[in-house]
Amino acid sequence: MTMLIEEIQDHFPGVQIEQGVDMPVMVVPADRLLAVMEELKEKQGFNFLSGLTAVDYKDEDRIEMVYHLLAVPAAKMVRVKVNLNRQEPEVPSLTAIWPAAEVQEREVFDLMGVIFQGHPDLKRILCPDDFTGHPLRKDFQLNAGEGRE
Amino acid sequence: MAVIREDLQTQEIELNMGPQHPSTHGVYRALLTLDGEKVVKVENIIGYLHRGIEKLAEDRTYTQVIPYTDRLDYLAGMLNNLGYVQTVEKLMGIEVPERAEYLRIIMAELSRLASHMVMVASMALDLSGWTAWFPPFRERERILDLFEMTCGSRLTVSYMRIGGVAADIPPGFLPALEAFLNDLPQMIAEVNHLITGNEIFQARCRGVGKIDLETALAYGITGPNLRACGLPFDLRKARPYGIYDRFEFDIPTLNNGDSYDRFVIRLLEMEQSARIIRQAVAGLPEGPVMAKVPRVIKPPRGEVYHQIEGAKGILGFYLVSDGSNKPYRLHIHSPSFVNLGALPKIAAGGNIQDFVVNIASIDIVLGEVDR
Repeated sequence: MTMLIEEIQDHFPGVQIEQGVDMPVMVVPADRLLAVMEELKEKQGFNFLSGLTAVDYKDEDRIEMVYHLLAVPAAKMVRVKVNLNRQEPEVPSLTAIWPAAEVQEREVFDLMGVIFQGHPDLKRILCPDDFTGHPLRKDFQLNAGEGRE
Repeated sequence: MAVIREDLQTQEIELNMGPQHPSTHGVYRALLTLDGEKVVKVENIIGYLHRGIEKLAEDRTYTQVIPYTDRLDYLAGMLNNLGYVQTVEKLMGIEVPERAEYLRIIMAELSRLASHMVMVASMALDLSGWTAWFPPFRERERILDLFEMTCGSRLTVSYMRIGGVAADIPPGFLPALEAFLNDLPQMIAEVNHLITGNEIFQARCRGVGKIDLETALAYGITGPNLRACGLPFDLRKARPYGIYDRFEFDIPTLNNGDSYDRFVIRLLEMEQSARIIRQAVAGLPEGPVMAKVPRVIKPPRGEVYHQIEGAKGILGFYLVSDGSNKPYRLHIHSPSFVNLGALPKIAAGGNIQDFVVNIASIDIVLGEVDR
């Protein structure tokens, strides 16, 4: 795993890597995401997108994209993160690399409000089309309160 | 002699299938674009069962989340329980007592058996194989009886706890389990005689919904559906969790990646699950079934991702803790959701009759798709 960390750091100076509790974690700038993912898939053998989600860190004013990649069949894992501006969360879509991202990115768009640039059909998937707001944001109002029905 | 009328035109039509349709296995809607009987395009429309479990989890204590996991893949509640509690245990570094580990394996594999039985039975039923519905459901009933004996619940079990399991097995459990395992090969043989070797069934399934390995991986397909494409990839072997590394079992694979192989692979996997259960029963040690865990579960700040081999594929839990007694964020990566995402790719170009076969062979559970 140290090999992987060194190689990525050589190729992509802007990427921070550390060893997490369960797997290596990389924090990648949004504009380098596709290049890093291509490298991980083609050169490092992480050929399987095994999870795609986002976390709202409201107090830090950021939304964090979290990608989990799995090497099949070696079963090694790596976590890739991208920090996004909470007001205008935008990140390149991975659909061109993994079609599996298509539904998962739609889910993140629906529930967290992240815009995926280059996604072929970015629309709500779990909530109704006329739903307003993004439920997994921390400031989403759960109870029907003032001015809401 | 037939008269050809030049002024008649054909055009594609759109057809809604579901959400209230017996073959969609729940509240799933497909918007089909048809050219005659041919499916040109499929659009999945889901979310009818979206209960916001991920959001609800943020306002529940770690223990209170367990019952919600039953309601993901409600045909394999034990497996969801297992995935979730192991995630929290991983973050907290909790050691689970040996007896609990073995009981978890027994229950998880029983759950996998029950889930595969439903798949086999309902796929046969979707193809009008009414008789073949009964043997799997007859045996599944005995699995649910075993669950009821142990935890009082048949479907929404909530049996696993952070640090162990809720209760030890009652005295009658092991004899009943033994009897069930002895009868299992006969059930599989019954299904094989009624359905697997049936000419009509094979004509309806062979070559239908074919997907090659490369496409399957690109679309994130996991579990039995992936193994029906020829890749022996199973997390129980590839990245063992719990005590799976102690058991001997094979990973069955088939090579065609069509609906027929996806059906047969479930029958083969049942035999392997039975093998694991027999070994777990033989090795079942005495002792406590719960570790000493704090009364209030407060994992340290941090994040963890844990994946298990669910009945439908890789089931992952991504947990972020802020050090409080409630999850800051819990994301559930569900195999049915991703596998269903590949359905438009699998079904396009086929006949409309085959669409039903494709849905059944992928084996989705809408509770898990919509969460």
